[in-house]
Amino acid sequence: MKSRIILWILTVALLIALPPAVLAIGQPFYLDLVRRVMIFAIAAISLNLILGYGGLVSFGHAAYLGIGGYAVGILGFYGFHNGWLQWGVAIGASALVAAAIGAVSVRTSGIYFIMITLAFTQMLYYLGISLEEYGGDDGMRLKARSQFPLIDLGDPVVFYYLVLAFMLLSVYFTYRIVNSRFGMVLRAAKSNEARSRAIGFSPYPYRLAAFVIAGAMCGLAGALLVNHTNYLTPDFMHWTRSGEVMFMVILGGMASTAGPVLGAFALLLVEDLLSGWTEHWQVILGPLLILSVVFFRRGLAGMFYKPDA
Amino acid sequence: MLEIRGLTKSFGALRATDAVDLDVQEGETLAIIGPNGAGKTTLISQLAGNLRPDAGTIRFAGEDITRLPAPKRSRKGFARSFQITSVYPDFTALENVALAVQAHAGHSFRFWRPTRGDAALTGPARRVLEEVGLGARSDVLAVNMSHGEHRQLEVAMALATRPRLLLLDEPMAGMGIEESQLMISLLASLKGGHTIVLVEHDMDAVFRLADRIAVLVYGRVIATDSPEKIKMNEEVRKAYLGEEA
Amino acid sequence: MIWGLVFEQLLNGLQFGVMLFLMAAGLTLVFGIMNLINLAHGSLYMVGAYLALAATQWTGNYLAGVALGFLATLVVGMLVEVVALRTLYERDHLDQVLATFGLILFFNELVAILWGRAALYTSLPPWLRGHIDLFTGSSYPVYRAVVIGVGLLVAVILWYVVTRTRLGMLIRAGASNRTMVAALGVNIRLLYTVVFGFGAALAGLAGLMAGPIYAVQPGMGELILIQVFVVIVIGGIGSIRGALVGAVIVGIVDTMGRAFLKPLLGHFISPPAAEAAGPALASMLIYLLMAVVLAVRPAGLFPSRGG
Repeated sequence: MKSRIILWILTVALLIALPPAVLAIGQPFYLDLVRRVMIFAIAAISLNLILGYGGLVSFGHAAYLGIGGYAVGILGFYGFHNGWLQWGVAIGASALVAAAIGAVSVRTSGIYFIMITLAFTQMLYYLGISLEEYGGDDGMRLKARSQFPLIDLGDPVVFYYLVLAFMLLSVYFTYRIVNSRFGMVLRAAKSNEARSRAIGFSPYPYRLAAFVIAGAMCGLAGALLVNHTNYLTPDFMHWTRSGEVMFMVILGGMASTAGPVLGAFALLLVEDLLSGWTEHWQVILGPLLILSVVFFRRGLAGMFYKPDA
Repeated sequence: MLEIRGLTKSFGALRATDAVDLDVQEGETLAIIGPNGAGKTTLISQLAGNLRPDAGTIRFAGEDITRLPAPKRSRKGFARSFQITSVYPDFTALENVALAVQAHAGHSFRFWRPTRGDAALTGPARRVLEEVGLGARSDVLAVNMSHGEHRQLEVAMALATRPRLLLLDEPMAGMGIEESQLMISLLASLKGGHTIVLVEHDMDAVFRLADRIAVLVYGRVIATDSPEKIKMNEEVRKAYLGEEA
Repeated sequence: MIWGLVFEQLLNGLQFGVMLFLMAAGLTLVFGIMNLINLAHGSLYMVGAYLALAATQWTGNYLAGVALGFLATLVVGMLVEVVALRTLYERDHLDQVLATFGLILFFNELVAILWGRAALYTSLPPWLRGHIDLFTGSSYPVYRAVVIGVGLLVAVILWYVVTRTRLGMLIRAGASNRTMVAALGVNIRLLYTVVFGFGAALAGLAGLMAGPIYAVQPGMGELILIQVFVVIVIGGIGSIRGALVGAVIVGIVDTMGRAFLKPLLGHFISPPAAEAAGPALASMLIYLLMAVVLAVRPAGLFPSRGG
């Protein structure tokens, strides 16, 4: 336990020290890169809640990145730039959609659940494409970033620290949730559903609630993402993005607090590296992912310590 | 306490449960025995709520629970232990039992307070673990426990739900002689305060614990009586020819 | 006149449905018997399209190209099974999803490396290019009619194999109780390879038939795959009958929706609103249908696994 806390403190310290360091050496690109990684880390943390701890293999999590992004983009399109409003809607809309999709799909399991979540995300993707008003297929630039009093998202360093704060908050929230009574029901239902039912737990309401929470958290990540890219596109919701987030969770180590963060860093840094070498980097990434699944069961976090909350 | 009438379940042409009638009085220990293939597992599944009967009723404390799903039965005071150990392998014994306590402590939509330090859960859990003899092993991961300890843990989890009726599915399964004796003592200590339905192959346990015995053969109850009368029952002897008796 | 239009779209829906069926049948068999979720099924479809296209260009003959492409896809399918999928049978669904996702990335990029990212179209030989006259007075493309014919023929053959042959019996038994079949001494390895081969062949067939109608480009497999998922969820996993019924329903609903929803809506709400809402709603139609079916029958219309 002690060593884990030390590792966390080190990591946070590094992340805090990053902006002044990269600015000093004149490489602001890394600021952008790490900020992007941290935004996806939030998405991965949210997916880890239902996938890593809850055992719900949701292939549709990118949908909420899209909903969060579109909430900000669409409100901005009509002149509503207030950050509280935009992000509030982003989270709220994501929660609502998660509730709707979850109500239908959480009752199913196994292969069905995977296919259904994938299908619904695709539906939202097609919806995004067909909204010509907001750029359709090509997407559109944000009219302006979300406005907050005192915090200027146009300042890369300020935005970076905001994202860092949100990421740490997400980590902490998830940590509390999975160790609470709620989290224990979720984990128990994943570990042994028959036993859970026998002692009196009905998993469905808890799973649905977790699904909604995860969706809402990912919606926030979407709002952050669209502010980061300054560009809204249905690609946020492309099913391959769901796959990427899933990989971050698995690669990092499911059902661990640090896992999603490690996974996000690992995957996105590898992608960045590979895409620097060749335009066809996916032909290398694909087999890498396959190998990691076949051989690398415990994930990165498993290399440091035995994954548990 | 438990009233089973005309319970029937078929799988295609096979009648696994054939118009079973059974009564269990409050506070008594009823043992269900029968040769392999008699349909004990199917009967248990229907009692526990994992299998829907084709016909018949199950009444628990006067209430019809025939169509009630397993979690609801548990919440009404119906606890079961599994024949093949079914616990949470990656949790400690304490956490396993604490979960059972938690399931009966109202809803679990509490998102903040860690369960680890929650005395409302760990207190009763520790007491139950003491009761079954696992007190010293509270902090051992279930996956690291011996088979006998698993069987004890099964009983502990059933007890932790403060049940009115205990349905124990072969608690002695796979146990050696010494472990069996310990388990029998444990179950004997439970006899007074609980209604127990015990499914077992271990005849020593059955005759020491049961107030009454029901014999199940090819899905039918062929005899329900006190242990002595069952011992002398002709039909029962025939059914068990070749089995231990 | 309007009925001619409706009937033509109905036929298009049937044509699309038949292709969905070819994909769904293979996928649902693999799910049902091998308990393997194979996202790369769409990649085999894509490979079929590309290989047929390449073979036709190379030989200069449409039929030769199609036959070669078909066989080549079968070989690719077997290779994929032996090299990548064998290790996944024992693993849980999550691992299978992720590994086959990796396969998708690989194949999409491989195809882009070999043939570029631009959409290609297969050209048809003259004898497939014409139109035939329908009883409604309008005409219908010969090729699409052939696709419908081939698809229905395959459906009949599949029905025959599954219900009338020994192999089919094994397949049905395996779909409802895999462990029992293995326990009965059947060579499971071989059965798996045969079943997977079937599935790959069907996907390849769908792919090579798709060439002339839909754009051949990287990622085409996943577009249809997700619709195939909808078919399987509606029809029920492991059930060929469910795959056929589901495919026809989805094919027709989707095609008719895209063709007629906008004008239909235009009768009830203002044209500009219909212009925006029509296509959006049409693209969501089959998913909403899936949600409705799930709410009413969570296991699909024809679930094959016993309760």
